[in-house]
Amino acid sequence: MRAGRTSVAEDQQRGRDIPEALPEATAGERRWHWVLLIWVVPVAAVLIGAWLAARGILNQGPTVVVSFKTGTGLEAGKTRVKYKDVDIGTVRSIGLSQDRSTVLVEAELTPQAKGLIGDDTRFWVVRPRITGGHAFGLGTILSGAYIALDPGKSPPSSRRIFQGLETPPVVPADAPGRQFVLHADSLGSLDIGSPVYFRRVRVGQTVSAELDSDGNGVTFRIFVDAPYDRYVSGATRFWNASGVDFSADSTGFHLETESLASVVIGGVAFQTPPEAAPAAPAPPNTRFELFDNREAAFKQPATVKDTYILHFRQSLRGLNVGSPVDFRGVVIGEVARISLDYDRARPDLRPVVEINIYPERITSRLRRRGAANETSIRAQTLQRFINRGLRAQLRTGNLVTGQLYISLDFFPNTQPVRVVSRSEEPLEIPTVPGGLEEIQNSLTALLQKLDKIPLDEMAGDLRDSARNLQLALSEISRLVSRFDDQIAPELVSTLQQARGAIEQAQGALSQDAPLQGDLHGTLREVTRAAESIRSLADYLERHPESLLRGKREERAP
Amino acid sequence: MTATAARSGLIACSLCGLLNARPHRHAGMKLRCARCGSVLYLRKPHSVERCWALLIAAYVLYLPANLLPVLETAKLGERQWDTIMSGVLQLLHDGAWPLALVILIASICVPFAKLSSLTFLLVSVRSGSPADRVLRARLHRLLNFIGRWSLVDIYVGGLLVGLVRFEPVAVISPGPGAIAFGAVVVLTMLASQSFDPRLLWDAGGQDIRG
Repeated sequence: MRAGRTSVAEDQQRGRDIPEALPEATAGERRWHWVLLIWVVPVAAVLIGAWLAARGILNQGPTVVVSFKTGTGLEAGKTRVKYKDVDIGTVRSIGLSQDRSTVLVEAELTPQAKGLIGDDTRFWVVRPRITGGHAFGLGTILSGAYIALDPGKSPPSSRRIFQGLETPPVVPADAPGRQFVLHADSLGSLDIGSPVYFRRVRVGQTVSAELDSDGNGVTFRIFVDAPYDRYVSGATRFWNASGVDFSADSTGFHLETESLASVVIGGVAFQTPPEAAPAAPAPPNTRFELFDNREAAFKQPATVKDTYILHFRQSLRGLNVGSPVDFRGVVIGEVARISLDYDRARPDLRPVVEINIYPERITSRLRRRGAANETSIRAQTLQRFINRGLRAQLRTGNLVTGQLYISLDFFPNTQPVRVVSRSEEPLEIPTVPGGLEEIQNSLTALLQKLDKIPLDEMAGDLRDSARNLQLALSEISRLVSRFDDQIAPELVSTLQQARGAIEQAQGALSQDAPLQGDLHGTLREVTRAAESIRSLADYLERHPESLLRGKREERAP
Repeated sequence: MTATAARSGLIACSLCGLLNARPHRHAGMKLRCARCGSVLYLRKPHSVERCWALLIAAYVLYLPANLLPVLETAKLGERQWDTIMSGVLQLLHDGAWPLALVILIASICVPFAKLSSLTFLLVSVRSGSPADRVLRARLHRLLNFIGRWSLVDIYVGGLLVGLVRFEPVAVISPGPGAIAFGAVVVLTMLASQSFDPRLLWDAGGQDIRG
């Protein structure tokens, strides 16, 4: 076909020249053609391409490798990396480490995550978890586990290989607040995540708890949230608020709990003793002692202690190491040691009690005197006190539990005792029997007095008295029988006569008795007489002259 | 030497088809059709340059079109970006190999074939080789025929973006690759449009351009 058309054109070419009849094209000015303009298109394309490429390279976020113990719930290409619940990356691949002991998770992060990755960045897998009364990551039940990161405090770095945490960190690194170190004898019922209370307000939590390297205690790290961390000063006391603390001592029964939640899950409480001078907030990581309970925490610090010994002559059952030593109700010390002392001279075994007195609790000038701690000066002071009658006494603190405590007091009527001051031995405070011993002595004295009572003679006297009483009683019974025999019949006849008299009187007074009829007639007569007198009186009133002239004849009208 | 209209001093109007006679002195002048007044030219002006420029632009954008994600699918908070190739692999993985084949051919092979065949035509015109001119003309016709189907991908993508919009559950939105891909298709269409197939026949010795 094409060939055919070509042949026609060739025929035309061969046949004749340009046909005259064809119209001639009109010619006009050729304007400038912006041919070069078309090259803008590829240049623009190159620019766009370059821009896209540059953006692609710049948008390439960091790729991190995190090692975990297991890869539970993680899926390559699907599991997200999140920070504050915002997607910042995806897990690209999951593999095993060279020694096959850990799982290596390679995650590609978005460019904006570059600033989050520092040397102390922490990664962990968020899975549903329920601990310490709290449920975490429940959303992951539906959406699957994800990797969370905590950027930490260090500036962004180029570190790209991390060791993942097996448990989520309790406190995020950017949480405002401060960490403190507590030291306790045992873990108690505390755990990581246990709450920290301040005046029963939950203000923080336990971050870590680990055994000391020497095995002599447990070191806790707690985190107190801002703004409550400023309540922690150098003088603040921490105590274990775990569970229920039930104690029975010489002051009675104690039941202490912090809150119901802490009863179940344990906790730490802190407070600054009210008497402590206001101090600046403690710097982070300050070390504190974690006391077993509030009472122990609030005991006065016993930095200075004076030791004294006491000799008792009675059983010390009920007195323990730690039992209080008080002076008129104020606890000023405690029992430090209880032992037996062999007295070579007697020979005898005596219980000896070593007590610690904390002079700081005695707010006196004593403390300010630097030399007060020297034994000789203390001996002098003590001698003065003893001369005034200072003695130690065992007293019963609690009758139910039988706990004893030591009381110091002034007993003015005691024999003076000399204080023996020997520098190597503690000073001795004389004792007086007290408490049960005192009762015992009183009872003995009472029994002795009872013993002195002449019970036998008293019994003889009593028997004589009884015999006399019997005689008197028989006398009385005789008297009574005589009364029965002689007096009673007469009494009966007298009574019968009396009744006859009464009956006669009754007969005289009855309605139809003759006396009664006479009385009636007489009275009627008297009435009549009275009427006559009245008519006479009337007449006389009207006719007084009749007295002189006599009764006038009635004139007929 | 065959006789052509150009050699005979004739010029056809590409719009109304009227055969015009060229005036004797017309160098540097703009010729217009005596009947419809449209500009007359023996060959499309700067056809090769135009074609090259558009072709290069298409080549440049062909890379991001295939490397950047075309579609962004978000379902239940889970986002996924798909390039053309990953989409094909996904379909293949899901067992929809006929669909994967269609997309592979329509979105990767055809644009590449278009680009390379246009390049081939341009190179052959430049070198002026008279060989296989009929075959090349057939290639050009094929190019024009295929060109109109090249935007199928973009069309499907656009439909999906419009249809799948259940906000929290599933959302599909176009990625930067889609724009690049569309640009590639449009640029190749423009390039093949600006290519004057008559140039193929000029390769024979005489320069009759202008």
